[in-house]
Order: sequence, then C-alpha cells, then structure tokens
Amino acid sequence: MALRRFVSHKAAVVSCIIIGILALFVILAPFTARYGVNQSVQAPPNSFLSPRSNAWLGTDDIGRDLYSRLIYGVRVSLLIGLASALISVTLGALVGAVAGFRGGKFDDILMRVTDLFLAFPFLVTLLVVRNVLGGLPWLKPLTGEMNSVRFIIVLFSIFGWMGVARIVRGQVLSLKEREFVEAARAVGASRRYIIARHLLPNSVGPIMVALTFSVVGAIIGESTLAFFGYGPQAGDGATSLGILVGAAKGAVQTGFWWLAVFPCLMLIIIALSINFIGDALRDATDPRLDRSV
Amino acid sequence: MLRYILRRLAWSVPTLLLVTFLVYLALRIGTDPVESYKRVNPRASRAKIQQYIDINGLDPNFVQGYIKWLKNFITGEWAPSIKGRREVWPALKDAMANTLRLGTAATVVGIFFGLIAGVLAALRPGGRRDVFINTSAFVGISIPPFISAILLQLLFAVYWQRWFGESLFPTSGVYPAGHTGFDLFLMLKFMALPTIIVAIQIIATYSRYMRSSLLDVMNSDYMRTARSKGISERRILIKHGMRNALIPVVTIAALDVGSIVGGLIITENIFAYPGMGLYFLKSFGDGDFPLLMPWMVVIVASILLFNLIADISYAWLDPRIRLE
Repeated sequence: MALRRFVSHKAAVVSCIIIGILALFVILAPFTARYGVNQSVQAPPNSFLSPRSNAWLGTDDIGRDLYSRLIYGVRVSLLIGLASALISVTLGALVGAVAGFRGGKFDDILMRVTDLFLAFPFLVTLLVVRNVLGGLPWLKPLTGEMNSVRFIIVLFSIFGWMGVARIVRGQVLSLKEREFVEAARAVGASRRYIIARHLLPNSVGPIMVALTFSVVGAIIGESTLAFFGYGPQAGDGATSLGILVGAAKGAVQTGFWWLAVFPCLMLIIIALSINFIGDALRDATDPRLDRSV
Repeated sequence: MLRYILRRLAWSVPTLLLVTFLVYLALRIGTDPVESYKRVNPRASRAKIQQYIDINGLDPNFVQGYIKWLKNFITGEWAPSIKGRREVWPALKDAMANTLRLGTAATVVGIFFGLIAGVLAALRPGGRRDVFINTSAFVGISIPPFISAILLQLLFAVYWQRWFGESLFPTSGVYPAGHTGFDLFLMLKFMALPTIIVAIQIIATYSRYMRSSLLDVMNSDYMRTARSKGISERRILIKHGMRNALIPVVTIAALDVGSIVGGLIITENIFAYPGMGLYFLKSFGDGDFPLLMPWMVVIVASILLFNLIADISYAWLDPRIRLE
C-alpha cells in the first residue's frame, strides 16, 4: 500500500533513479572519474580551460578536471550526509520517544532547548556550536581536528537530532494514548519494551522522512560552512561539494561560468531529489495526509 | 489581555538573561576573547590586557564574568572593538538599519507574492496551476540561498555586462564606491538582487502555508453556511476565507524571524551588503568579543519580541482564543 503510493509520486521515482545513478558513479569513482582528484588534465597552460573533450566540465585554477573532482566531492558530501543523518536520527528518535512517553520535567526542558536552538538563525548557531565543539579539549578524541570530515559529521549529528526528537516526540504523544499501547501496559509490559516494540516501530514513517531531510540538511550545511570558509579542508587531496561550491564564489566575478554552474547544479539536483523522495515518503507513510485534496 | 502581555514581558527578562548567559558561555569557550585580543595587539602591556578583561567581564570565573559584563552593558560602558578600537554602538546601529531595510523589503515582497500564489493554488486544488505553484515552491525551498545568489550574480551582473555592455544589477554594497548622499533609485538597484534572493525563500514558504491554511478554511462549516446564505463566491473568499486563513500565517510569520535573519546573513555576505549578517561574520571571524555580544543581545531580544507578537496577534485575530 505504502509502496504503491510512493510509486505514484512520479517526481520521487525519477529522483530515486537520479540518486541511484549518482550513488553508482560515486561508489565506482576510480572507474568513472577520468582523472585523480589532484591530477591536472594536461601540461600547463591548463588553468581555467572551458569545457572541452579532454575535460568535459572544464578545469579549475590549477588545471584539475572539474568532472572528476565533482565525483570525488559528491562522494565525500554524501558520506557526510548519510553518516551524520544516521547518527542524529538514531539519537533523536531515542530521545524523542523517551521524552514523549515519560513527559514531565525532562520533556519540558528538552522542548525548551529545542525551541531555543531552532529559533536562532541557522548559520549563527552552526558557527557558534562549531567553535564551542572545537574549543573543548576533552572532545578532541571524538571530533578530531576542526577542519576534518569527522568533525563535520559530529557537528551535524549534534545539530540534527533535535528536529528529529521533536517529530518523534509528537508521534509518540499521539501513539501512547492508543488502545494497543494501553493493552501492552495492561499485560504488564515494561516501559522499555513498549518504546522499543510498539512506539518506535509505529513511528518508522516519520523517522524515515526525518532521515531523508537530515541527509539534505547535512549536505547543504556542509556546503554552507565551506562557502563561508569554515568547512572541511582539502587535506590529502580530498574535496567535497562544499569546497567546490565555495570555489564557485570566486569564479563568478571572473566569469569562469563552468566553475560556478556545475557544482551549484549538482547541489541543486541532489537537494531536490532527496527532498522529493522525502516528500513522497511522507505522503506514502501518512495515510491521513492526502495531497490531492 | 493587558495582564497577559505584561506577564509575558516580565517573563522575557529572565529568559533574555539566561539566553545571553548561554551565548556568553559559548563565545567564551568558542572564540577565546583574551587570546584574540593578544593576537591583534601582540605588544599590549599587562595593564592594557587587564583593562580589556575588566571592561568585557572576561574573568576566569564565568558567572562572575557574566555579571560584570552585564553591569557594564546595562550602564552603557561598552568596550571598543578589538580590531581598530572602534565604538560598537554606531557600527551596530548602521548594521541594524541596513538589515531592517533589506529585511523589510524582502519580507513585504515575499509575503505579498507568497500569499497570492498560495491563494491561486488553493482555489482549484489538484489543478494544473496548483501543481505548478506547489512544485515551484518545493524547488524554491530546496535551493539554498547562496546557490541562487551565485547563479543570479553570474547571470545578471557578469554575463549581462558581456552581452549588453552594462550589468543589470550591481553585485555588492549599497552604493557604488565613493558615492555620498541619498539616492533612492541607485539604492533600489543595488538592493534588487539581494531582495529577490531572500524573497524567493519567503515566497516559497508562504505560498505553501497559505495554500494549506486556506484549504482548511474552505472545508469548514462556516464556509458552507456562508455559501448556503447565497453570498457570492468572491465575497466568501475575501471576507470569510482569506481573513480566517491569514490567522495561522501571521503567527508563523512572526515566529519565522530567525530563519529570515538566517537568509539575510548569507545573502548580505555574498553581496557585501553592510548589515547585521556581514557584521556578524566579520566579527566572528576576528573573534571580536566586544562586537559580538551586543549583536547577540539584539538578535535574542528580537526573537523574543517577535515570539510575543506572534502569541498576541494570534489571540487578537482569533476571538476564540483567550489568553489568561
């Protein structure tokens, strides 16, 4: 039933195919990329070549192939998106379920903190929290250097769980009044059992939706950070979508359009596709929500 | 009503104190203000550093330091900025004025077109127009503002100049370099692109809000009653439909300041527009504590204020809601 509703959302099906192809390209990066991340396409002069046969999407300031760099960049960005989304959704679902089920002080405080966090402008909170994380020496073993990919993943995990917790909490609040939970309680099931076996499985729909939106959030977040110069550094020749989009800023005034257009388009395609998938998932898993009316 | 407002205002004082304390903590840990002072003034004498610590409340003890900072903040003894030793208030005031101008322009344009699009979509749900508006809104929300900024700059400023000899919209600042005095036309030209970029996000968001809100209202009992009384469709839509559908939208608008400011920060930075966003990113990059704290106070206070406005407007517009 849910699957049929999902398939009827045409944009989502197309998005799935696009993301699938992208994923394939990215996983098979050594074969699909034509050059290495830091390899130049030809001997100098090779910088700022417009798109041509030996560099399909043109080259950057030091003559590297933009097409290959995009593949490697999307690889890192998808990794950041998936990893931080998985962590933050797991954390958020657990906290949200416990808060919604137990209520009381814990719930109050949690919701207050979440409101506060979400009321602030996104970039301000992100930058301040980033620096606080980097400024606590005892967190070093977990987060690594401030400009590493691991640090970015930890940052977005800490950042993302609150939105998820709020969604799951709302779901649990309405679920816990239902008869089957009451029945479970009546036969003496423990709280942990009810949360793990009844409440969380019944919230799978919203959790999946939150997961897809967290992936987009983290990918865009990484790009935003990199755009303002706070992103992961291109250590070991690695790159990310954010680094490429950040470089686009400098290419605008000089008119090297390919450096601006292709990374931006890639980010738009990824964000749109995953958002469409999330939207379709929401429609498919929530029978009350009929979009056609 | 008055009692409710007064009680809420009274409550906002401790909230403001608590949040600014948290911000103070975060900035102390995150930017290490004493270090950034020494970095800018490497040869500052010990007495100078002590003076800087005193006036900014940067004691090793966070609570004592915060109280000291608060005292100086309230009595108006603001420390000058680390970089360039500028007065903070004039800079902050200018930034606020510029952002208010851009923010108001973008919000007015955005809400106006957003509401129209939402109503057009809701009139014939499921129709071709509805699908078109809905999909465009979805695309608009999905594109982060800095991406649309890059692409629009490339098109209207750089390539327009190559094709037609003159760029349609300039890409940075409020006025061209060296310009003095007030020139409305020139200012509008400079504000056009940033306004459009912030407005796109607002239009996309509000068309969706308005659509779903109006659809809710259209299916309600009092609309059926109005129809059965024989009132014309047009009158029903304007007098009964729109007015009721606007209630939740107004509330959301007031609660949404944070995200609008967020969009402004990013846009201002790209267009080198001298507002709150550029102010924040610059002073944050320098770790300039004396500049950052007042900025944070302004932001927190305006978020609290708009929250209050949201609640009050909700009760004021919808007589069914009683605030006590």
